[in-house]
Amino acid sequence: MAGIVSYGAYVPMYRLSRAILGQVWGGGAKGEKAICNCDEDSITMAVEAGTDCLKDTDRKSVDALYFASTTAPFKEKQSASFVAAALDLREDVAASDFGNSLRAGTLALRAALDAVKAGSAKKVLVVVADCRLPAPNSAGEGALGDGAAALLIGATDIAVEIEASAYTYSEFLDVWRLETDRFQRQWEERFILDEGYEAHMRKAFAAFLKANKVTAKDFTKAAFYGPNARSHQTVATALGVDPKTQVQVPLFDSVGNTGAAMALMTLVAALEDAKPGDKILFGNYGDGTDVHALKVGPAIEKIKDRRGIKRHLASKVMLENYGKYVTFRGLMQFEETPQTRTRTALTAMWRDRNWVYRCHGHHCKKCDKTQFPLQKRCMYCQAEEKFLEEVPLSDRKGVLFTYSMDERTAVIDPPNILGAINLDGGVRIFSQVTDRDVKTVKVGMPMEMTFRRIHDALGVHNYFWKCRPARD
Amino acid sequence: MAESIKDKVAIVGMGCTKFGERWNADIKDMITEAADEACQDAGVEIRDIQAIWQGTQWGSQLSEGGVATGTLVSSALQTQYIPVTRVENACGTGAESLRGATFSLAAKGYDLVMALGVEKCKDMGFGGLPSVWIGRWEPVYGAFGTGPGRYAMAAVAYFAKYGLSNEEGKRILAEISVKSHFYGAKNPKAHLRREVTIEQVLNAPMIAWPLGLFDCCGVTDGASAAILCRAEDAKKYRKDYVNIKAFGMSASPGWGKERIDYDFTYWDATQHAAKSAYAEAGIKNPRKELDMVELHDCFSIAELIASESMQLCETGKFKDQMTATRAYYHEGEMPVNISGGLKSFGHPIGASGCREVYEIYKQIQHKAEEPSRQVKDVKLGLAHNQGGHPGKFVCGVTIIGTP
Repeated sequence: MAGIVSYGAYVPMYRLSRAILGQVWGGGAKGEKAICNCDEDSITMAVEAGTDCLKDTDRKSVDALYFASTTAPFKEKQSASFVAAALDLREDVAASDFGNSLRAGTLALRAALDAVKAGSAKKVLVVVADCRLPAPNSAGEGALGDGAAALLIGATDIAVEIEASAYTYSEFLDVWRLETDRFQRQWEERFILDEGYEAHMRKAFAAFLKANKVTAKDFTKAAFYGPNARSHQTVATALGVDPKTQVQVPLFDSVGNTGAAMALMTLVAALEDAKPGDKILFGNYGDGTDVHALKVGPAIEKIKDRRGIKRHLASKVMLENYGKYVTFRGLMQFEETPQTRTRTALTAMWRDRNWVYRCHGHHCKKCDKTQFPLQKRCMYCQAEEKFLEEVPLSDRKGVLFTYSMDERTAVIDPPNILGAINLDGGVRIFSQVTDRDVKTVKVGMPMEMTFRRIHDALGVHNYFWKCRPARD
Repeated sequence: MAESIKDKVAIVGMGCTKFGERWNADIKDMITEAADEACQDAGVEIRDIQAIWQGTQWGSQLSEGGVATGTLVSSALQTQYIPVTRVENACGTGAESLRGATFSLAAKGYDLVMALGVEKCKDMGFGGLPSVWIGRWEPVYGAFGTGPGRYAMAAVAYFAKYGLSNEEGKRILAEISVKSHFYGAKNPKAHLRREVTIEQVLNAPMIAWPLGLFDCCGVTDGASAAILCRAEDAKKYRKDYVNIKAFGMSASPGWGKERIDYDFTYWDATQHAAKSAYAEAGIKNPRKELDMVELHDCFSIAELIASESMQLCETGKFKDQMTATRAYYHEGEMPVNISGGLKSFGHPIGASGCREVYEIYKQIQHKAEEPSRQVKDVKLGLAHNQGGHPGKFVCGVTIIGTP
């Protein structure tokens, strides 16, 4: 027996109105899309979704972590290991990357179900995140969005059973990126929608219903991937579900097409509204198809407090202009000055891994005070290191004690806000403040921790924790 | 058994370059300029100097982040094989060079020594200080934390603690900058020599909220030097020599901003350094007993907090006791930074500590370049010099006075 124990999701705070793209390039596309902050990528978004999913779960109980994405920040160097460390998972966790396909997330889900069924893991965390970079003035620029989802798969405390699954592969070529491509390429749209997505999904759904001796009417909701709203609607109609009541529409107008993350984000959105007894038909497309029949159980009520899709959607800041967007995505070339040089030392990153990646602080057994980062002596009572024990801090909430807004530092998104944050339990954190609306930053505002890419000095992504105004 | 340094060592000569954007002077030019003036002032030759304490943060290799041996000074001054010790405590370097030189005399290692602070900042190619150290000490911790950004956190905390609106807080800080520029305009060696109005300060471009352009000191080239001997030998060089009364030096444990009990509205290293200096100099009431103070005002908020931390006014009462009463002007009860301060002089890192002492030394000798800036009857003055940032300061307090 294996099923979904918990879910989580992540939508970046920044949204780009498609009207802004219209102002720059013409055209009148509606809605908005979610885009990563300049310090986010698939690794950091996966950490966010994973954190949401693991709320109330003992991090040490997770036995495997599967990371899925078509936009892993490193071509060589695993992403899952960073995600596992930032989630403070055990060191003996099997961490794996799944990539290259828009179905990477659901293929990771299958591997997780198989691992739990086979008994090689009791709990597996599947995180899927994508932030594909569309070329300026391409169809993708309006369509593609960034986001992440996570599912915890386990053998007990199952909230959602997966009753049946079916998979196909297909050598069909519709969208791709070669090894050196920065932007997505695709064949003629009419071909890739008609013969690709629509034909493959129609066939997969029909075969699945027939094999399992059910009809579309037997399901409360159908939640499945779509490259755009129109094509998604075409498949829904062919499937025979009622577009008003039975279709979980992917977040085309609010988040955009989040690639490998889209199907699972759509599923999480469906689960947020699901009641015990509901049945969900779940499908994904990309290099083939997969279709699943899900049955929601009573335990769903216990995991409804996730931020998931809805609460993340409700907390947003609209990006002011296109200049900011292209700056965030590194699409502009700026003047280089001697000031902008940064460095790193991977030796130091390795030595400091327990606080850099795991956000561990020290609790002093002599004076009972907790501090960050890890110390050689207690910063309060000078007790020696043997009296200091590591404690995880990334989940603690806090308030902004003081801050400043530096307009002149060479950061991608000035002002650089420095903050002193007082976390629960009397811990002070000194940190950059990200995901902030500059106009609303003030002393005393609620804060939380978030894992971010700090800089890319010497050609390597350097990650660390920042804080941000609490998102709800 | 340790002894007090009070009145054991005297300053018999000082020199200070014109501070500013010295496009046509390199670091050796400035070393020579400051050292020559100091030698002339003391009536000695450079070959009479037996040892030198060279204070510089980056030396001649600013763009690479700084390596400087004592040959920086020896090659500029052509000293012949005497010891040159390079000292460095970031922005608090100048005080440290004086302290090293003084204790070498007290230990009777030498009879005549020089302390020299210098920095060449304007070879960088941009305004402000370099962020070349991002990733140098810690790859990611505190990355992009600049001087203005870190000091501004103290201003926000001070406003919040004392219930000041942003407007009220900004205005108190602006008054400080107006005073600094008022005196900078009267000081030929200052970098910025124009008076400014409150409105100009308040409306200036933002550097790091809430600190605007005029809340921040300039980045500047400069050098300053002192020649010292034991007090009993001082009369050989001049009548109006000035005695070292006390040094206070304190390095904070460095985790202030990370401690839940630190509120950013006081400088702890400054408190410790001032306390030990006051004890050594026998000062009970600094506001009454000190005739003038030159303190480390790299930012307007730094002057405010250092004043409170050294008890030049009561804690939280800066506005009432300094701004409202104009006590910190030269004719006031507690003159502060009437040289123009770092605000008007700019802050060539290694040079500022010596430059502050230069101002007090000249005031004691009634030699302020412009008479309108001369404080009446200065007998005792304090120079405060600090490096680092709120929560992680090293601070040097130097008290000098008439014998």
